[in-house]
Amino acid sequence: MAKGVRPRVKVPKTASSGDVVTIKCLISHKMESGQRKDKEGNKIPRSIINRFTCSLAGETIIDVAMEPAISTNPYFEFDATVTESGDFKFVWHDDDGSVYEEVKTIQVA
Amino acid sequence: MEFTRRETMATGGAAVLTAMMPVPSFAMVDDLVDEFTGGADMAEGGVNLVAPEIAENGNTVPIEVSADGAVAIMVLATGNPLPPVATFNFGPLAGESRAKTRIRLAGTQDIVAVAKMADGSFARTQKTVKVTIGGCGG
Repeated sequence: MAKGVRPRVKVPKTASSGDVVTIKCLISHKMESGQRKDKEGNKIPRSIINRFTCSLAGETIIDVAMEPAISTNPYFEFDATVTESGDFKFVWHDDDGSVYEEVKTIQVA
Repeated sequence: MEFTRRETMATGGAAVLTAMMPVPSFAMVDDLVDEFTGGADMAEGGVNLVAPEIAENGNTVPIEVSADGAVAIMVLATGNPLPPVATFNFGPLAGESRAKTRIRLAGTQDIVAVAKMADGSFARTQKTVKVTIGGCGG
């Protein structure tokens, strides 16, 4: 498991029904591309987060297939339509099988 | 006593930096696009790709893709050792088919975005980004 992985997500706390809200999320991860070499010239093995999904009440908002060309500390910003209160669930899938999760609740008036 | 020591640095040039980047494979990009579209025709335009004209650091280049009515958008970096960057699949609750992220670019190159629309058609666009310091292990 990669060290120091910490998800950070920014979601508005409240919204009106039917609103489109912008979600920003960032996870600290070194995203080793598998292309770099160490001082001895050996390839550093690939270790990235290869998939990110975000859903609200079980319905998918975005599902991203990620490749080594995504920068260190992958950042995503996207929009979601909210109709009722619920939990946003953010899931990151690591190459090594680890899964990082974060949940944020939104109140819809 | 006289002691002379000479170090010959002929072979060990300290700062020999060779470009480790293999020759970009444009055929690979076409294959990836075909795989995504299933060989269907693509319209030029209809998908927006926002990227800086000049990126000072290839390790983190902010990009934004958007396309009205797209269900998926694939991003490729034609000059990277591995061209695929990411594929965004938009679900039923996506407010707009829009996403922002940060990517690595090995050098000055074209970025290609291909969008799959809800009606099964495809749209394509590309943009050149000049990179002054390479990413991808450069």
